Amino acid sequence: MTLQQEAVRSTAIQRISTGRRIKDHLVRGLVYLAFALAVVPLVSVLWLVISNGMARFDLEFLTHSMRGIGARDAGGGAYHAIIGTLEQVLLASLISVPIGLFTAIYLVEYGSGGRLSRAISFFVDVMTGVPSVVAGLFVLAFWILVLGMPYSGWAGAMALSVLMMPTVVRSAEEMLRLVPNDLREASYALGVPKWRTIVKVVLPTAFTGIVTGVMLAIARVAGETAPLLLTVFFTDSINNNPFSGPQMGLPLYVFDQAGRPNDTAIDRAWTGALTLILIVMLLNLAARLIAWWRAPAKGR
Amino acid sequence: MSKQIQVSGLDAYYGSHKAIEDVSMTIEPRSITAFIGPSGCGKSTFLRTLNRMHEVIPGARVEGKVLLDGEDLYGPGVEPVSVRRQIGMVFQRPNPFPTMSIYENVAAGLRLNGRVSKSELDGIVEESLKGANLWNEVKDRLSKPGAGLSGGQQQRLCIARAIAVRPQVLLMDEPCSALDPISTLAIEDLMAKLKNDYTIVIVTHNMQQAARVSDRTAFFNLAAQGQPGKVVEMDETSRMFTNPSNKATEDYITGRFG
Repeated sequence: MTLQQEAVRSTAIQRISTGRRIKDHLVRGLVYLAFALAVVPLVSVLWLVISNGMARFDLEFLTHSMRGIGARDAGGGAYHAIIGTLEQVLLASLISVPIGLFTAIYLVEYGSGGRLSRAISFFVDVMTGVPSVVAGLFVLAFWILVLGMPYSGWAGAMALSVLMMPTVVRSAEEMLRLVPNDLREASYALGVPKWRTIVKVVLPTAFTGIVTGVMLAIARVAGETAPLLLTVFFTDSINNNPFSGPQMGLPLYVFDQAGRPNDTAIDRAWTGALTLILIVMLLNLAARLIAWWRAPAKGR
Repeated sequence: MSKQIQVSGLDAYYGSHKAIEDVSMTIEPRSITAFIGPSGCGKSTFLRTLNRMHEVIPGARVEGKVLLDGEDLYGPGVEPVSVRRQIGMVFQRPNPFPTMSIYENVAAGLRLNGRVSKSELDGIVEESLKGANLWNEVKDRLSKPGAGLSGGQQQRLCIARAIAVRPQVLLMDEPCSALDPISTLAIEDLMAKLKNDYTIVIVTHNMQQAARVSDRTAFFNLAAQGQPGKVVEMDETSRMFTNPSNKATEDYITGRFG
């Protein structure tokens, strides 16, 4: 009898038990807590950089170099470092994006799990784990010490490109793998050769994701200090030519200024950090705009 | 502009696995030929060997002869890409290119294969969409993405895309299996119309559909799981469905199979 009642009760529509309600609230609370914990450092870093960096975030900072600024002087700026960072990152992207993209295309479209593609995958993984200082040392040892080339923005760009390449390969590879095989087959069935299928169908479909991946890679290397330290040297002057002579970079600028004892220099370091964050954010914004503009499902 | 296909002694492999064995048949121009048979018996594989799409899969290969009006598609030096321009294909799931508009989808085959003037392209796109019975539904939104259409419309868009390159033969791999009955009817009507100009081959799991649309039917079957598929019987559709000569065919089409 009781068994029967039990059976009837368990099949009827039930209220949510108190135990489950408590569990639900508990887990929900934990999830919110985890989110808050993750956001706290992010927000506090932003807050600290903005509040300390706003003091010197003026036109002079953005348009002047440190040339002729004495150790205790106020004023001066990071124009030379901004130019250096932009040029170095651009050059690094010019090296690593084509190579990374072609590598990813090979891995996804042509390699098909062969020995070569497995070897490439392995070395890309190894490269992902290379500490940035090692990339700098590599260029220092090879380019500057062995080949006898001078310190330059180009040397820095090469070091940065070593760091960028694996990120670009990995993200582009993932995005290309997401492109449904149906689309490739549809294109082949129209009598389109494989290379044209890749250029006209596969790449445009994966375009948004690839741009995002490239931007993340750029954001990563834009803040690298160690490889620049060993390859571009220091300068307080504006050097627009990345191929000749020492250049500056924003991370280096921050490192340099923060190491000086004066408040004016510390202020400049904060503002340099703020500028770096703004540049990366602007680049990300630009990538979003490009992605939105090329989005496949626009105007559905 | 349709051509005859003659297949003789064709085997298809996936790696070391033999998927179909010793298929020989003649597919007549300006007619619809249907392939029926249980899942996994090699119908789709065979269909894909007809325009050399089979070998796109890594490790897949083909032995035997496929003659398109006497020309061997697997002859030495034959460019697979040129074969596929002659023999178009429509897939089971509608697969319009997501980055392209309706217009660009239809124009894709021509645009990706070389230069065509804008005015010529406009004409071909309109003609192909009309040919696929889709023109009236999309003529006001040709610049909208193809992925925004309904499933049945997308499939007709894919048919329009396939016929825009003016193939000799149109292969259809279960073109209606993802569609509702109304869209299926639209596509069947379309096939009846297209058969005036093209050689059409269709794979279907729907026996009524094979009976409704096709002129000739081939029944594929495999002896046992893991064995290669073979053509059991091929005949006029009317005879096949009323008076099949083979016991297995009769069992399959009357639903007594397995």
